[in-house]
Amino acid sequence: MAKVIVMTSGKGGVGKTTSSAAISSGLALSGHKTAVIDFDIGLRNLDLVMNCERRVVYDFVNVINGEATLRQALIKDKRCENLYILPASQTRDKDALTKDGVERVLKELAADGFEYIICDSPAGIEHGAFMALYFADEAIVVANPEVSSVRDSDRILGILQSKSKKAEQGERVKEHLLLTRYNPERVEKGEMLAVGDVEEILATKLLGVIPECSSVLKASNQGVPVIHDEESRAGQAYSDAVKRMLGEEVDHRFLTPDHKGLFQRLFRRSA
Amino acid sequence: MAFDSGAVAVSRPKSFTLKGALLPMTLLELRTNDASKIASELAQKVAAAPDFFGGSPVVVSVESVVADVPFLTDVIDICARLGFRLAGVKGDGQHIVEFTKVLQLGHFPGGKVKNLSKRSLAGKRSDPQAKSIIDTYISTKTIVTPVRSGQQIYSDGDLIVLAQVSAGAELLAAGCIHVYAPMRGRALAGVKGDESARIFCMSQQAELVSIAGHFMIDENLRDAYWQRATQIFFDGNELQVEPIAGFSA
Repeated sequence: MAKVIVMTSGKGGVGKTTSSAAISSGLALSGHKTAVIDFDIGLRNLDLVMNCERRVVYDFVNVINGEATLRQALIKDKRCENLYILPASQTRDKDALTKDGVERVLKELAADGFEYIICDSPAGIEHGAFMALYFADEAIVVANPEVSSVRDSDRILGILQSKSKKAEQGERVKEHLLLTRYNPERVEKGEMLAVGDVEEILATKLLGVIPECSSVLKASNQGVPVIHDEESRAGQAYSDAVKRMLGEEVDHRFLTPDHKGLFQRLFRRSA
Repeated sequence: MAFDSGAVAVSRPKSFTLKGALLPMTLLELRTNDASKIASELAQKVAAAPDFFGGSPVVVSVESVVADVPFLTDVIDICARLGFRLAGVKGDGQHIVEFTKVLQLGHFPGGKVKNLSKRSLAGKRSDPQAKSIIDTYISTKTIVTPVRSGQQIYSDGDLIVLAQVSAGAELLAAGCIHVYAPMRGRALAGVKGDESARIFCMSQQAELVSIAGHFMIDENLRDAYWQRATQIFFDGNELQVEPIAGFSA
């Protein structure tokens, strides 16, 4: 049984695509056959973050329109054996996505033996985002520790539980909260919402807290999902999140400021 | 002092209490002056259901028939033979008043009576009065999952929410609103104009509350019992925010 997971947030720029790349890679590295679909038609980014943009021949919209087979459009990841990317079309707009078309692609992926299908949602609450979440069994809601992002995440949670297929059938989409760009120093200064505050406002189970980390930007620009950077705090936090998704009990890390850290690290590096 | 105690003794007797009461009785409405027909049909009824009349008193109504004294005498006779415990006669006329007085029976003037017997004997709500109560009753809407930003919930009656209500969510009810979790959104009770509607929340952090159009925004709400169990009601003049006794932390 394939599990369809939507990576969503409402607000843009909070780290949906970065998280989609990292978590799908993490699932694949754990031995699960995983597909990641870019739903951001017209603004495709996932292929860049996963460094496969030059290998895109056919895309998601081609498959929906029957212009290519799913097998032709899926791009095999270079780093993980079990990971496949279905890129978005750069030249079309989001209206090219239809419920029937999306459902057909998801069913075909499931029939092909994929265990996890990650749907990387575009920002906003328009058609593209709706298509990405409609068939979801579970949702990872990505939020930054600031009020507008949290508010938008709340909104998208409401849409998930009222407009998705599961909701229409009277069931619930399983919710996970992924807090990204978390900076414990700024939380301590009162410049940022604390994990507890966000959890309380959203009343959703916390999947992971990804610390603000320079490795994330570097990873995006190099096209290597940050989870491959095992040294980085963000990479480790994503690995923990993937373990939790797979049912392991892992304590949350990087929630408190590393007081002794900064100076010592600088010293160590220069030495 | 003696006068006082005497007055108390008169107004509050110790040996008995007088109360107005509505007790179940069976009303026997006669539709014919043919005493023999009444006798045979009533005997059949009693034979078919001996427990039907039980020990409950029977009032004979003669409103629909011309009841002279010989007929009344026949009817009393029939009732006595069938073992009815006669409580009185219902109907207008001086001769009926005199007749019941002589026999030491109760007299009930003619007119409409509440049809209690049909409901209690049938055991189900079949009479039109009970039905109209069901028709006008508006059921309460209960929500058990979080109400998120951008969602709007409306109830024609009361609204009960057992999960948190987020900022940017809106609750609307023609009746009262209860939120047994943090309430951070908007709550509008009595939206059809019921000023007696109230809002109850376990942790009041609302953006806006309104009762029948009288509203208050969070700037004012923050001053009064913020994040506490509160009720909000309209006192005829302005909205009042008060802690709910027994829940105030």
